[in-house]
This record gives sequence, structure tokens and C-alpha cells, in this order.
Amino acid sequence: MAEMQPDARHSHLGRVSTWWRSLITDYGMALVLFGMIATLTGLTWKRQPPGLEGAAEQLLAVAQRTDRPIWLVGSTSEEDRRLIDRLRGAIPASRVTKMVLGGPPDFRRAAQERPAGAPTPLLLCSSQAGGWSIVSELAERLPGWEGVEVAVPNEVSGSSFLKRENLINVANQITVIAMVAIGMTLVILTGGIDLSVGSLIALSAVVACQGIAKFAGGVDATWLAVVGWSGLAILLCALHGWLNGVWVTFLRVPPFIATLATMLIASGHAFMLSKGQSIDQLPTSFRMLGQGRWIGVPVAVWLMIGFYLSFHWILGKTTFGRALYAVGGNSEAARMSGIGVRRVVLIAYTLCGAMAGLGGVLLSSQLQSGAATYGAMYELLVIAAVVVGGASLSGGRGKILGTLIGALVIAVIQNGMNLLGVDPFLQKVVLGYVILGAVLLDRWRSR
Amino acid sequence: MNTPCLQVIQISKSFPGVQALEEVSLELHSGEVVALMGANGAGKSTLIRLLAGATQCDGGAIWMDGQPVQLADPATALRAGIGVIHQEFFLVPQLSVLDNLFLGHHRPLGMISRRQESQSAREVFERLGISIDLEAICGQLSVAEQQMVEVAKCLLRRVRVLVLDEPTAALTPRESQRLLDFLRTLRAEGLAILYVSHRLEEVFQIADRIAVLRDGRMVAQGPASGWQRKPLIEAMVGRPLESEYPKEPAVIGNVLLRCRQLGRGNRVQDVSLELHEGEILGVAGLVGAGRTELARLLFGLDRHQTGSIELDGRPISLRGPKDAMRLGIGFLPEDRKKQGLILDHGLIENFSLPNLASFSRGGWMRRSEERQAYDQQQTALGWKPSAPRTPAKLLSGGNQQKLVLGKWIQRDPRVLILDEPTRGVDVGARVDVYRWIVRLAQSHCAILWISSDFEELIGMSDRIVVMHRGRIVSEILDPQEVSASDLLSAAVGADRGDRDG
Repeated sequence: MAEMQPDARHSHLGRVSTWWRSLITDYGMALVLFGMIATLTGLTWKRQPPGLEGAAEQLLAVAQRTDRPIWLVGSTSEEDRRLIDRLRGAIPASRVTKMVLGGPPDFRRAAQERPAGAPTPLLLCSSQAGGWSIVSELAERLPGWEGVEVAVPNEVSGSSFLKRENLINVANQITVIAMVAIGMTLVILTGGIDLSVGSLIALSAVVACQGIAKFAGGVDATWLAVVGWSGLAILLCALHGWLNGVWVTFLRVPPFIATLATMLIASGHAFMLSKGQSIDQLPTSFRMLGQGRWIGVPVAVWLMIGFYLSFHWILGKTTFGRALYAVGGNSEAARMSGIGVRRVVLIAYTLCGAMAGLGGVLLSSQLQSGAATYGAMYELLVIAAVVVGGASLSGGRGKILGTLIGALVIAVIQNGMNLLGVDPFLQKVVLGYVILGAVLLDRWRSR
Repeated sequence: MNTPCLQVIQISKSFPGVQALEEVSLELHSGEVVALMGANGAGKSTLIRLLAGATQCDGGAIWMDGQPVQLADPATALRAGIGVIHQEFFLVPQLSVLDNLFLGHHRPLGMISRRQESQSAREVFERLGISIDLEAICGQLSVAEQQMVEVAKCLLRRVRVLVLDEPTAALTPRESQRLLDFLRTLRAEGLAILYVSHRLEEVFQIADRIAVLRDGRMVAQGPASGWQRKPLIEAMVGRPLESEYPKEPAVIGNVLLRCRQLGRGNRVQDVSLELHEGEILGVAGLVGAGRTELARLLFGLDRHQTGSIELDGRPISLRGPKDAMRLGIGFLPEDRKKQGLILDHGLIENFSLPNLASFSRGGWMRRSEERQAYDQQQTALGWKPSAPRTPAKLLSGGNQQKLVLGKWIQRDPRVLILDEPTRGVDVGARVDVYRWIVRLAQSHCAILWISSDFEELIGMSDRIVVMHRGRIVSEILDPQEVSASDLLSAAVGADRGDRDG
């Protein structure tokens, strides 16, 4: 019994530290992400006008308390227009006697033209219109308006970071980097690196846009032509990725050098093809991918979620996934176990090229133009996302959902600092320290 | 007796989940060799790391010449007079022997006086009878020579205690003998030597005293003359031993694998052999005799330039390990850390690697089938810990080898090539490995067994071929009738009259 004691004591300690470690290992960066979201929510917390639904709800409640006729007042902003539309839909048309969408002078004119003797109306105003002095001091300024009731939505407190629109914006801004980071994760898992993705984004953007603008009729291009040229651009990038793989596997060129060369080659081609010009003769259908929405969320974000889930499955549940990790973990041992090491590495580089191509199409769709300057420095942001996401640059270790978290961390930092009005140059400094911090966290947990 | 040179007093050390050392005490006197023995995971490496200053103990003390010392880091340990020769050397391969010898020496103003240095180096070399060119580049020396350079490096710092960790693991039998002679010279010079090994033959040759560690405790200590082979093994393993070589009579079937005049460069020349179903064929030879190269040809890792390979009497062409595996050939490589396992990955991932095809349908893994097979082989072979997510690097050598063996057994191979399957495997696990190889042979698998442990080959093989300089120089049909020294003399080419240097 005496012999058992130390073992029992230590195994208990061991279990506790294992539990902690697994929390840090598997969810470390996710915890950091949530911490950042919480911090930004706090920092951007302030009183602000309620959103569309909140404002409409408050105003309708006021309208139900009386049966006076109603005037709807708003500015020309898109937000106010939507609010007024929403109110009109909810109030019987017979009660609405006047609708003003404009500036303070428009309202003054309307108020002065009101026939004397008619019952004093209830004014339902947007937050902005409620702030005009002609509205708030109406009873004092114009005769015949004594006893008017003006309803303005109350301000509510909330975070401008946590607003639905802003969160969608965060996700939307990172889609290109996040998509390309999927391919980069595959390459880094094999123990390689791909520096050419930034240039491939540019090449793909230029080829797709140039093709549509020059050979498919530009603004009048058909759906089929748009899809065709986009597909061709992606295939071309996949071919470049495959060539990267050939250099690395068959010709044994170090990945850093091989992809550095491809980076220069692809970038040069992009500039030659576009002659340094930005191409914007594009049909509206080309916008679908980058600017379209489905159930209120951008198509690009759906696409990103879809790709991440697919690759999460592929890496976790297929023999290819197993082989990929094995090749990165120890290619010699993988080969001795009958894994086709070269084939696996080739597939990884090819997919990385293809994802960069897709990223290029996405980016030019978001910006509705294509230029050879797109994607500059993206390779570094993409690598940063993968590393922050916990993948090891020596290969064999890393998770695809970790990369998604890494990309989101970068997006949240950028967006948060923009909201807080941080100097863009300082933002770079902060991002640099975040990458160092992520690597330190990785060192600490892999000890 | 006079004051011991080194005293280790009741030291303990624990890592999360493991008590590596528990109140271990040990004394070393000048001019004696103490062998520290123990199975893998017994705590030998931890003790060495403590003496080298690479890690700190939780309790206890280390004394030199009757004074307590704090070994805070490797440099302090060296200054205190303790030199440790690890299994991996810390030589810069691009530098010359002389530069390596004086690497890290403090010099006034950083000036290097080459004349002075080469003079003192030459003195040490002469005293110890080392004949290595001081200007030779370290990376081009043999393992044995590099080891001598490491030792000389320690002696130049005037160490009084020399710790050697498995010094013969990578040496050929002949080089090992030379090393033992060298250590005797050092002992005569008055050095205290701690010789860490689990090779019994060497220990009995060199040690004055033997200390046995098991599960972090010192279980036995005493003069070497008082030990017998079997009780020593039992002290290390902690249980009585039935037989060191559990060989059982084989039922040998038809010729399964045959190669004719196989050759590649000058590493493998004109090798013809036949391997039968259910047979264990031992391949003896020195390091560099072409044994591993032959195995690589048979597994498709390299392509043969001459000759042919036949399986079931039909010629086969192997373009890679995949082809070999499809035909039912398996290969357990000699370096399990570099070639056999992915150390950072989980046990189950390692186990499944050669078996992915059978654990999947159309590229999709069947996790439950995989887990079932893993549990089955784990229960059978008994590697510990068993948790499938444990990184393979946390396993001891013996358990790692069981895992590698398990992943090949799962494939149910027809031919299994074993390259040094028991190197770095402790005595207890070694018997388990033997037993499994016998069981495989009994289920008609043909085994090609490469080993530098000639006792083992004699104990386990049905037949032995000896390789020398890429050729098969002799074949022994009845291994029980020969001795290890017979094999050795064949392996060095003595039978052919061209004895190598």
C-alpha cells in the first residue's frame, strides 16, 4: 500500500492538469476570441438610437394610446425611410394624414400649410427628425400647433460592436482571408508554406474580370460567362498550386523558395494581363457572390461557413485527412507506413492554389472590380490567421476550425480598433503583438 | 574507505503524473565503474539529467568530494567535475575535432591560441590512445569516433565523474569492445564512471559494481562479481523470468519470398536468399554491412539495380512501400522514433497509419472499426498507457516498439521484415516482443530478422545468414550450434580472410 501512495497522488494531480491543458489546447484561442469580444462590447458601450424594430415598436405604442390623426416625419436617410415604411405598414392608411421625408425646411413648409381648425395631429418622428428644433419646439414656433404631441424613440444603451450589422460586417470582411487560410492550413499541416497566395488572389481577380470585361461583353455579360470565367480563374490558380507542389515534391525545392518564385511569377502575370489598370466593366450578376445576401447574411459568409465545415470533416474523417497530418508529423514514418507522401503534398498545394483563386474571385466580386494590386500582403495575414489558430509551422499539428478562430481574431481586432478610432498604423503594431502572443500561447501549451 | 567522489543522497524527482525517482542514493568512488541498470522508464534518464544539471531534483542532495553541490545548469555540472556523454552528441558537425574540443571554453579576451589548444588536445589523445586527426571534420567521423571526441572534450575540462548513457547503443560489436577497453584506461586514470546500459554482456565485462533502478527506486546494489545473469534481469523486470528467448519449434512451409542476385550499388551485392512460410530468418552483420539496405529493397523503399524478387514463385516489381504492402510485406524500421512513429501524434493515429484502407470505405474513416481494432491489438500486445490519444513520444522504448509491431500485426502480413526490433527495448518488453514474433511465425508469417544482438539471433532464429560488405558470406542452418563469437567472426569477414580494419 505504501508503494501505491505517491503514484495515486500524482496521477490525481496529473488529471487536473490534463483537464486544464485540454481546455487551453482545444479552446485556448476561442477563449481569447470571446475575451476580445467581451472587451470590445464594453469599450463600445454607449447610449444610441434604437434600431429599426425598437424604434417602430416604441412609436406604434404611442400611436395606439390616442386616435388623433398621425403625421410621419423622417429624414431622407435610408434608415429613416425604412422606419417610415415600417410604420405605414402597421397603421391604417386613413389615420396617416401627412408624411414628410426630407429636411427641416420641408417639414416647416408642411406644418405651415396645415389647414387651421383641423385636429392637431400626433407626430411620429425618427430619432434624427426628433432632433430638429422645428420639430421639438413646434408648439412655440408656429401658431396653431399648441398642444401637439411629438413622439420620438427613446435612446437605448448598447454596444456598437455587438450590433447585428457590425457582426455581419466583421464576418464579411474576413471571408477572403479566411477562405484562403483553409488552403494554407492544408499546406502548413504538411510542414510546408505557400507565399504565393496573395499573388494568386490578384491573378485570379484579373483573369476573371478581364475575361468577363473583354471576351464576354463586360456589363452585359451573361450568367454563364461570369461563372465560366470565374471557374477558369480558379482552375488557373489551382494549376499554379499544383506546380508549387511539383517543385516541392519531385524537384525538392524548399517550399519557401518555390512559392516565393510563384509569388513573383503570378504577380507579374497579373500586372501584364491588366496592364496595371483596374477592370470594372462587370455585370451586376458578378456582385452576387461578394455582395448578395441570403436570410440577411452575405453569401460570402455562407460560403465561408460551408467550406470550413466541409474541410473540418475532410480533415477529421477521411483517410486523406489522416495522411495529411501524418505527412506533416513525420513524412519518413508516413512513407514507411505506405502513405503516398508526394500525392498528399501535391493535393494540399493544389487545393491551396484553388482556394486562393476562389478568394480572388470573391474579393473582386466584393469590390466589383479587378486589379493586380489585390491581395498584396494577404499571404502574411493568411499565415498569421493559421498560426494564431494554433497550427504548428513544423507541420502535423493544427485544426481547421482553429484557423477560422484565428481569422476571426484578426477580423475582430481590426474591426474593434476601427470602431474605437485607433490609428491604422498603431493597428499594425497591435496585430504584430497579437501574433507573437498567439505563438507564445502555443509554446506554453505544447510544453 | 575514502570519501566517495560523487554521492547522490536520497534524491526524488516527480513529473506531472509520474514519480520518476524516489529517494535514490548512489555512491561513486574514483577508479571504479558502476553500472546503472534498469528497464526503460525505470528512472535512469532522469538521474542522468539531474547529474548533467539539465533538471533539478525535488528532494535530496548531490555531493562531490564530501561537499554539497548545486547543479543548476549543464555548465555548472561540468565545472563541478561531472561530464555526461548523452546518446545524442553535442558536436557541431561542420567544425573540426579541435574546434569542437574547445567549444565553449572560456578564453581570455576571446583569443584562440591554436597551438596551445592542439598541444593539450594531443596530450589527452596520446594518454588515452585515441588516434583521430585533430583537423578532421566531426560530421565525417564514425559514431564511435565522435563518442571518443565527446569523452576527450569532458576530460579537457578535468571532469572526475564520467556518466555514459547507453554508449554502445549505436556501436557495432567491435566498436563496443574498443570502447570498453577505452573505459578501462580511464578507470586506471582514476576517473569515476557511471555506465548506464541494459546490455548485460558489457556490464559484466566492465562494471565493478552494479546498481539496479526499477520504477524510480534503487532496488539492488552490489559488487558485479556477486551477480548472475538471470537474477539481474529479474531485478530489473521485477518478476521471475521463464525464458530469455521463448523460441518454439517452427513449422516451416514453402518458399514464400525469394530473391536472386539482388544488388544495388556496392551496398547490396549479389544477394540470393529464400524465405519460407513460418520461418524466422536471422540476418547478422555489422552496421553498414548492407542489411538495412537489403530490407529497403525488399520493401520497395529503394529499387534494386540487378537481380529479381519473387513472391510465391512469381516475379514482383516494387515501386514503393505501397506495392510491397499490397503484396503482404511489412517492415518494422530500425529507428522507431524517426521512421516507425509520428511522435507527436496519438497512439491510435500511429496504429492506424498502415491500416487506413481497412478502416475506411471510399476514403471515409470508420472510427468505430478503427477503435475496435486498436483496443483489440492493445489488449493483445499490452502497450501502456493505452489511451488512444496519448502522444506516442510519452511511451517508453519498449511500449513504442509494441505499438509499431501492433500496427503491422493488424495488417496480418505474409512477410514481416524486422530491422533491429529490440534496440533500446528493455529486457521485460523484449521478451514480449520475442513472444509475438514467434506467434506471428506460427501463423505462417515469414520473418526476416535483422539484428546486431547476435545472442538474440541465435536464440530466436530458425536459420541465420551473415552479411559482410553487401554480400551474404555465410549461412547457418542450425543456429543452436554456433556462438555469438562465431557469428561475429563471420560478420567481420574473417572466414574470407579479408579482415576489415
